[in-house]
Amino acid sequence: MSRAKPEDDEYWNSSKFKAFTFDDDDDEFSRLKESKRAVNSILVDDDEDEDDVERVSWSGEPVGSISWSVKETASSIRSGSEQSFPKIDTTPSLSKQGSGYSLSSLFKGNLYDLSPEETVRRMQKGREFSLEKFRSLQDKLLLLDEAVAVYDGNLITAVLIYLNKSLSKEILFRELMARDVALRHYVHYLKEMGEQKLLLNWLPLYFKQLMQYKEHLNIKDEGRRRDFLKSCLGLPFSQDDATHVQDHYTLLERQIIIEASDKKADAEIFKKFPRKASILNMPIITTLYYSCFYHYGESEGTFSSPSNIRKTFRISEKQYILTALGARAKLKSWFDVDSLFNTKNWLGYTKKRSPIGFHRVVDILQKNSAPVNVLQEYVNLIDDPDLKLSGALKYKCHDIVINTYRDLKDRQELVVYREKLERDSPEYRKIQDLLNNVQIRWKN
Amino acid sequence: MAHTERRDAPGLPDFSLLKRLARDQLIFLLEQLPGKKDLFIDADLMSPLDRIANVTILKQHEVDKLYKVELKPIVSSSDQLCFLIRPRIQTVKWISDLVNSDKVAGRFRRYKIIFTPQKFYACETVLEEQGVYGDVTTDEWNFYILPLDDDILSLELPEFFRDNFLEGDQRWVTTAGSALHLLQSVYGSFSKVYGIGRCAKMVYESWRELMEEGEQRTRQPEFAKVFLIDRDVDFVTPLCSQVVYEGLVDDIFRIKCGSVEFGPDVTSSDKSIKVMLNSQDKVFDEIRNEHFSNVFGFLSQKAKNLQTAYDKRRGMDIQQMKAFVADELKGLKQEHRLLSLHIGASESMMKKKTKQDFQELLKTEHSLLEGFEIRECITHIEEHINRQVSMIDSLRLLCLLSITENGLLSKDYKSLKAQYLQSYGIEHLLTFANLRQLGLLEEQQAGETLTVMESKVGKLVTDKTVGKLTDAFSSLAKKSNFRALSKRLALVPKSGEEYDLRVPRDMAYVFSGAYIPLSCKLIEQVMERDGWTGLEEVARMLNGQEFAVTGGCSSSEARNKTDAQRIVLVMFLGGCTYSEISALQFLGKERGCRFIVVTTAITNSARLLEALLDNGASV
Repeated sequence: MSRAKPEDDEYWNSSKFKAFTFDDDDDEFSRLKESKRAVNSILVDDDEDEDDVERVSWSGEPVGSISWSVKETASSIRSGSEQSFPKIDTTPSLSKQGSGYSLSSLFKGNLYDLSPEETVRRMQKGREFSLEKFRSLQDKLLLLDEAVAVYDGNLITAVLIYLNKSLSKEILFRELMARDVALRHYVHYLKEMGEQKLLLNWLPLYFKQLMQYKEHLNIKDEGRRRDFLKSCLGLPFSQDDATHVQDHYTLLERQIIIEASDKKADAEIFKKFPRKASILNMPIITTLYYSCFYHYGESEGTFSSPSNIRKTFRISEKQYILTALGARAKLKSWFDVDSLFNTKNWLGYTKKRSPIGFHRVVDILQKNSAPVNVLQEYVNLIDDPDLKLSGALKYKCHDIVINTYRDLKDRQELVVYREKLERDSPEYRKIQDLLNNVQIRWKN
Repeated sequence: MAHTERRDAPGLPDFSLLKRLARDQLIFLLEQLPGKKDLFIDADLMSPLDRIANVTILKQHEVDKLYKVELKPIVSSSDQLCFLIRPRIQTVKWISDLVNSDKVAGRFRRYKIIFTPQKFYACETVLEEQGVYGDVTTDEWNFYILPLDDDILSLELPEFFRDNFLEGDQRWVTTAGSALHLLQSVYGSFSKVYGIGRCAKMVYESWRELMEEGEQRTRQPEFAKVFLIDRDVDFVTPLCSQVVYEGLVDDIFRIKCGSVEFGPDVTSSDKSIKVMLNSQDKVFDEIRNEHFSNVFGFLSQKAKNLQTAYDKRRGMDIQQMKAFVADELKGLKQEHRLLSLHIGASESMMKKKTKQDFQELLKTEHSLLEGFEIRECITHIEEHINRQVSMIDSLRLLCLLSITENGLLSKDYKSLKAQYLQSYGIEHLLTFANLRQLGLLEEQQAGETLTVMESKVGKLVTDKTVGKLTDAFSSLAKKSNFRALSKRLALVPKSGEEYDLRVPRDMAYVFSGAYIPLSCKLIEQVMERDGWTGLEEVARMLNGQEFAVTGGCSSSEARNKTDAQRIVLVMFLGGCTYSEISALQFLGKERGCRFIVVTTAITNSARLLEALLDNGASV
């Protein structure tokens, strides 16, 4: 793009904003010109020769235009610094010449004389503009406020880029703290530019601890990542978040130790079920599952043992049982599954107890293709009679089905069920015996 | 199919015009760089570009090779490189690096960036800072609107949601304003504008400015009314599981730019098929707005009819057979193909949905919407998290719980968050911070009295009763906007009432009769009252920011043109779901009007939440 009039040269050679210049004929209407031409040829022909100056110098309402009236109903505004509707009053320090556009705006040579409002107008239309003349802090801020007042994020960022270059960070951040909309644009811009460091230096604490913590995601090497997480421990997180970040550090530390030893482990289990992926950076529960799979039964003293992980990360009983069940069932260690639920009472009798519903336990066992006798035992433990019956029917636990119908004194269902069974099978005969039993008072 | 239309629906404006305009401008821009050139296209622009131009057109304008922008070194031997991109700093930095490495290698090329839908100063500053401004020319392709269907227009800007609502960056406000301005310049003015939301107001303002400076058209308007709505006015609706056919297809297969890829499990062959889903597909058009439970019956009836049509061949003589082949066979074959695809899709969805305990999920959602058995819901969500099943579904349920209950009790929040981090990764701390900022997942700031009360009660009675009691107390302690809104707008029908999904009686059918989408109900109410009068309380509970504006444009004139008077343009800022579109179509049929949806992008629960995740390395 070549430059315009000779008298502009001095300005354009010194301007940092060359980037935003346009050729004379490349004015604000270039955007829709092409579309409009096409539209006009299709639709109505009311095309008058469009003259920039005429349109720009217009003030008041042209004949035939829509005059819009804004009916404002009750509305609460969320934060003081946000814009209300309709247009808010902005009070620029520089003279605002009438409600329309000043004559000076029509002459490109006088870019330096424009008020913040006029400058922002030009920016909106994609015309030449200069921000260099806004040198006092007050003028800079007026310019910024004006950009915010027209809601155009593109312009707000453009002004912020200028302020970023022409104000010290200390002053800029101080002023932005009172300007929520502008601050968020600035933060977003810096993030997109990859300037997190700058943000971390200048944002107040309560804004930045998470931003700092987030940096760990960009560190590939697990050792460095661990060290970085350690450095985050001192940040002023809320009490809960501090615990989570501490957990994160501890977890990665443990995972690095486990990974190093398991990578070269040659125990039977690793040969039989080779690891599909490394355990690094996996969630706590996945780590627990892994440990229940490969390190079950290790003593609590080792980092890789399920009990150590359970204790370190304060894992609830319910969560622990669910995870251990999944892992042991996957390995078809039905004995381990049993002992997960066994509890001894004071007389020494064992009884099965579960913090998760036994119907859920059955689901998990079934998904891991547990044999019928295992399934049957757990179906029998389901509390809810309906769930129990449907489980028994689904997994063909004949005894349970038959006993349930017997207890319900439901003769008809028994007859129906008998037909589904093989003739002369033990179950078939059991039903037969029940039906012949004159002692039972059937309800049907 | 089961709907009865009260009045003839008004005809729709021809939106294919917008495609032509966009194509013409693109051709014009390509011609600005005469001679052979290689074209690099942003990945997310490829599908939209496909809808308006094809390779032949590009070749005709001397595009030699086409590449996808991958932010990696390139292998192009062309002397002219053209980049068709969204205005993103990352991409512009990559282009600057390319130019600089060419310079180092002593290679001379011409470079042109075409930003769409517009350029940003920040991008041009990057060119300047990297010392390539001037080496690279820039242009704008004002491709604001892509018509996805006869009545669905999309800005195809999924990032609008995060940029605007989470980052607080208003860069797309003028884009939305310009899109409305474009519609107005092509199809005529509107007589009335309604809206709600902070962004909606800004978009309206930006559009008004464009109106004031642009020339006015005197022609008759093709739409009567416009309704602008921010996505954050209603987060509940997009968080619900979709059960209307098109929404379900989107939830499961992800419709991209009006087209979907059905995998081998649907096509029952070894290859995937890409299908356009729009009103051109007659089978789809009949089922898209139907509740999923009706779709099977419809499809099998359709299959029977098809069989009968085929069977006609029997006993035909040669002449008849010739006519049959010439007139009907092609249509039948086409229908056959579509039918088998949609049957395949339905089967596959059925399988997936039963496997994932979908029924339980729906039950929890409905209980949350109804505010019923909240403790059981929390237990279910907890179990969902504990089992490490779908990370997004867990988050979705948590958000629904929080919004419908106006925040979680502190102890629930802490415990569920801790369990979530254990199951899906501690880095989701960042996700929780984002959700909190948006008000999607919050901790109640319980009043002191409540806490005291709770602990006292806790000592006295068992856990279960405490749960029930705290439920009761918390509903007193919080501002409870969703419940109040739901009550006032009658969003949740009384439980126990039969709802015949085959004969829907209201918009609730899109959620199995359990909930009328808040966004759509709001639109219905405002249209009915022709403004916000009588809805002051509702608006207050939605954080205000509502407006209604009348255009001076001779409303009598507009009234004459009754068809236009019955067309309503609804613009969703931050995305809208297919379920909402279905609900609006239903409403339109009930009221004898037509809704045209303009959205910044099509969204659903997964897209909405994925936009707020922060668990991966930043690019």
